[in-house]
Amino acid sequence: MNKIPNREIVNDVLVRHAKINKDIVVLASDSRGSAKLDPFAKTHEKQFIETGIAEQNIVGVAAGLASCGKIPFVASPACFLSMRSVEQVKVDMAYSNTNVKLVGISGGISYGALGMSHHSVQDLAVMRAIPNMTVVLPADRFETEKVVEALLETYGPTYMRIGRNPVEDVYESLDYEFTLGKANEMHQGSDVTIIAAGETVRVALDAALMLEEDGIQARVLNMHTIKPLDTEAIIKAAKETGYILTLEEHSIYGGLGGAVAEVVAENCPVKVKIMGIPDEPAIAGTTPEVFEHYGISAEAIHQMLRNELKGNKEA
Amino acid sequence: MDIRSLEKQAVQIRKDIIEMIYGAKTGHTGGALSSTDIMTTLFYGIMNVDPKNPKNPDRDRFILSKGHSVEPYWCLLAELGFIEKEELKTFSQFGTRLIGHPNNKVSGVEMNTGSLGHGLSVASGMALAAKMDEKNYRVFTLMGDGEQAEGSVWEGAMFAAHYKLDNLVAIIDRNRLQISGCTEDVMGLDPLDKKWESFGWNVIEINGNSIPELYEILEKKPACEGKPTLVLANTTKGKGVSFIENQAAWHHKVPTDAEYQQAMQELDEQLKALEVSYE
Repeated sequence: MNKIPNREIVNDVLVRHAKINKDIVVLASDSRGSAKLDPFAKTHEKQFIETGIAEQNIVGVAAGLASCGKIPFVASPACFLSMRSVEQVKVDMAYSNTNVKLVGISGGISYGALGMSHHSVQDLAVMRAIPNMTVVLPADRFETEKVVEALLETYGPTYMRIGRNPVEDVYESLDYEFTLGKANEMHQGSDVTIIAAGETVRVALDAALMLEEDGIQARVLNMHTIKPLDTEAIIKAAKETGYILTLEEHSIYGGLGGAVAEVVAENCPVKVKIMGIPDEPAIAGTTPEVFEHYGISAEAIHQMLRNELKGNKEA
Repeated sequence: MDIRSLEKQAVQIRKDIIEMIYGAKTGHTGGALSSTDIMTTLFYGIMNVDPKNPKNPDRDRFILSKGHSVEPYWCLLAELGFIEKEELKTFSQFGTRLIGHPNNKVSGVEMNTGSLGHGLSVASGMALAAKMDEKNYRVFTLMGDGEQAEGSVWEGAMFAAHYKLDNLVAIIDRNRLQISGCTEDVMGLDPLDKKWESFGWNVIEINGNSIPELYEILEKKPACEGKPTLVLANTTKGKGVSFIENQAAWHHKVPTDAEYQQAMQELDEQLKALEVSYE
């Protein structure tokens, strides 16, 4: 079991690059501890900016810094950063085209029992509706490193969401191809496609491995970039597997499932089942407990797909 | 600095504004005229900006936080040569770059604004970047008085004082009118000077339609060591055209043919008076 949360990886990569690239700045809204940014703040004091608990201001300030050539990373809880500052994201970042990187920490239902005020399960819907935004969710610590490296090399306003706790690895190392906007096929299959992003990729992969034992071949796509979306991979999956299941730590409205359904409906209509957090304040619990409650577990998905697909196979 | 030539330039900008709004049949006439003297003083008298090198990293920055007062901005950029004067005729027309709020696809515009309460934070980020890079440029932002009701203004105010951004000057176009009426009736703001002082700012109150007063305070660099400066610029909404002055109804109103003629005549007379007293 991996013990390193993705937050720590963000800090490590930025510490490494900030030594060489003095334009990298990190901003926190009284969130340096929860973002695991203490090492950055200590080693790069002059490149670290505290704004206090003021999410509108932090994004505006970051946009101003970016317009003067800085590369600001704003690390703040996803629930506040994606909602409290959404207009600054729309106008100061996306519309003005400034190179600000938002890092929404403790995203999704990471904060568990703290309740709906602290959950961010509308953030993908909000962020992907804004023109010029890139929206990305790494699946594990290796992908987190790939994403931060890619953001450092790519100009443009971005929202990146990570969770609070360590997540099981889906990759074995950094030795794989990662491109923003290009889905990674994690498991081959032609009976069904499971499209997942972020922490649900591990769940999808485990479900696919269980289905394999039943003779059902599930394709698993890691759709780390919600925007720009890899429409080609989605259309291909719809054509070749005829059934798509989406799995996300987000409302069933407007997130990964919505994005996939838009592409499928327009290009090659096949059945799309959208799984995520239903339209209600999420139940209190740890991430595995909440996931299981809403059927986002390898066992539940394995059982559901086996029941649905076994008949087809036998017929 | 030749104050008289700045004053003449401000009248010329007002003529351009009336012409542009009359031609486009749309515009924020009142606020555009109240902020003309402030913006003309900045662009012609104070700021280091160059239409031939608009991205010079050492340039002074301007953020129009009250983005709806875009008319003087477009007219100034045209008079200064950032854009062709001919393009002013496209203001607010189909497909134009010269929309009803600042648009950074136009040379000379740093950031897109339009929603109130954004400019101060953005300007603070720019001023902080200058400090980090040990550069000498200054950052100016112009806010509306109605805008002071936005909570984000005060987030920015706290931040700029905390980081001692003395290279930042925020100006409030205090014309005391907003779209629904008097600011003090819509949402009381006074004492605005005390509010800003209590946030740690150097506050200076002046007549914001007096170019000599504007020039005197804005040229000081820094106006106050270790503190950002807030210029509380008391202005007259609709300044320069008698029947537009102090009328809330002119927030967003377009002159009729007769009103256009009268406005241009009044402004021509002002221009003539400035030339005569000059000689």
